Amino acid sequence: MTRGVRTKPLLAPSVAALFVWMIVPLAMTLWFSAEHYNLLAPAKRSFAGLDNYRYLLTGRALWVAMGNTLLLVGLVLAATLVFGTLFTVLLDREFPGRNVCRLLVIAPFFMMPTVSALIWKNMLMNPVFGIFAWITRSAGLGTVDFFAHMPLVAIVVIVSWEWTPFAVLILLPALQSLNKELKEAARLDGAGAVALFWHVELPHLLRPMAVVAMIETIFFLSLFAEIYVTTGGGPGLASTNLAYLIFRDALFDWDVGRASAGGMLAIVLANIVAFFLVRVVGRSLEDLP
Amino acid sequence: MKTTWRSRLMPTLAGWTVALAMFFPIFWMFLTGFKTEITAVATPPAAIFRPTLENYSAVLQRADYVQFAINSVVVALGSTLVALMLAVPAAYSMAFFPTRRTRDILLWMLSTKMLPAVGVLVPIYLLWRNFGLLDTRVGLVLIDSISVLPIVVWMLFSFFREVPSQILEASRMDGATQGQELMHVLLPLSMPGIAATALLSIILCWNEAFWSLNLTTVKAATLTAFTASFSNPEGLFWAKLSAASTLAIAPILVFGWISQRQLVRGLSFGAVK
Repeated sequence: MTRGVRTKPLLAPSVAALFVWMIVPLAMTLWFSAEHYNLLAPAKRSFAGLDNYRYLLTGRALWVAMGNTLLLVGLVLAATLVFGTLFTVLLDREFPGRNVCRLLVIAPFFMMPTVSALIWKNMLMNPVFGIFAWITRSAGLGTVDFFAHMPLVAIVVIVSWEWTPFAVLILLPALQSLNKELKEAARLDGAGAVALFWHVELPHLLRPMAVVAMIETIFFLSLFAEIYVTTGGGPGLASTNLAYLIFRDALFDWDVGRASAGGMLAIVLANIVAFFLVRVVGRSLEDLP
Repeated sequence: MKTTWRSRLMPTLAGWTVALAMFFPIFWMFLTGFKTEITAVATPPAAIFRPTLENYSAVLQRADYVQFAINSVVVALGSTLVALMLAVPAAYSMAFFPTRRTRDILLWMLSTKMLPAVGVLVPIYLLWRNFGLLDTRVGLVLIDSISVLPIVVWMLFSFFREVPSQILEASRMDGATQGQELMHVLLPLSMPGIAATALLSIILCWNEAFWSLNLTTVKAATLTAFTASFSNPEGLFWAKLSAASTLAIAPILVFGWISQRQLVRGLSFGAVK
């Protein structure tokens, strides 16, 4: 088959582009992370050894940001998987207008993250003019300033709204590929909707759910735009995640060394997840030589 | 008969409730775009009002809005084009002439996607500054095309593998060169797949926020950066923000709806078919 076909020139451009894209910044980040290097005082550049890491690991900011990062990832994952699975099971049923409903449900995934965040921040969650405030006030409950008092929860809500459609996008075709006869047989055996879900549909969805969880984790580990336009990481550090902390070190304080050390930590964290994702995805290629 | 009617009512109600609730924020934004700035912040929120087009005309008359829109179009299309030009030969080679290393190359490409952008923010910023690429469309196209490249390769690869290789072999028997085979046989055959791949790439580049927020300021800023600028003053420009946002998301929403079924394989790296 391969006789007479030179595959190298076909592959080389992509491989080279990705290799440069990966190795150059990575090497630079690693290098900078071992330097005292501030863009405001570039003359005072010097070797730092592990100083930047020591500074980060002994300070409070990194741990708060790590905690927020894990909390964000964990909560949004839970929300998107639970709601995503529920919506998927719902949209798998036959009912009038099902296709339209499916379009409406997946719509938030195609929104610009900055736009999504601003709609929620201004029009829904604003403590004075927002719809939520109006509802709670009408019910005599008073209002909550989400971004001042529970900024992390507010961000979790926004991101979950954006990414639940992603879960539906992946899970719905997976569920629809489930053998119709199998479902029919279960129903004839007297299985109700709940039993059908627990014993037939959910087990079938576990693998795609794992894929959703891993891909989402990769994205959520470097969640940025939603925080940038809503809370700016605040109040204080309350909604600062690792990505936002690095951004602040880099483009507010211009501290290249410290931002790079933070970057290395982010890369390590992402790689732990990536390791598992690559293994799962690799199984889909088993028929290759 | 009665049971069927009953058993249908529940899913219908539940399905529509969920769909309308999920879509409500977008619908509300769309509505707000047609309000005056005063009605936009009215309490109780106004559902019935006299619609106005003044926000749209105000937004479109701002020279900078048009500039941002053009930047978004150029960056999304440019990045997609560059990514496709790199990816088509690579995917072709791996789909039809797999070697022992193909699997590793594919997985390695996927793994580059997992490098968190923020981890390389500093070096990219400094490199772009030194090469004069900060706040240029070329700089953004460069970075966007490389960051969608793995997804594009994967998606094309999975589409190409569905093309029967006998067809390609037949054209080779007829004396077609590799380039002719690619251009005149494979590309026309897999056009729907290539189109879906291009759409996904356009969607991802259009909505890309991290690099456009950090690497552009004025000249090359895209609509994501433009809409983000509404967050700064607690200003009461919700109606204009809504009109501008509706314009910014409408084309992408339509693209997403059109290609939803094919997007799945790109988004899941073929792990779910």
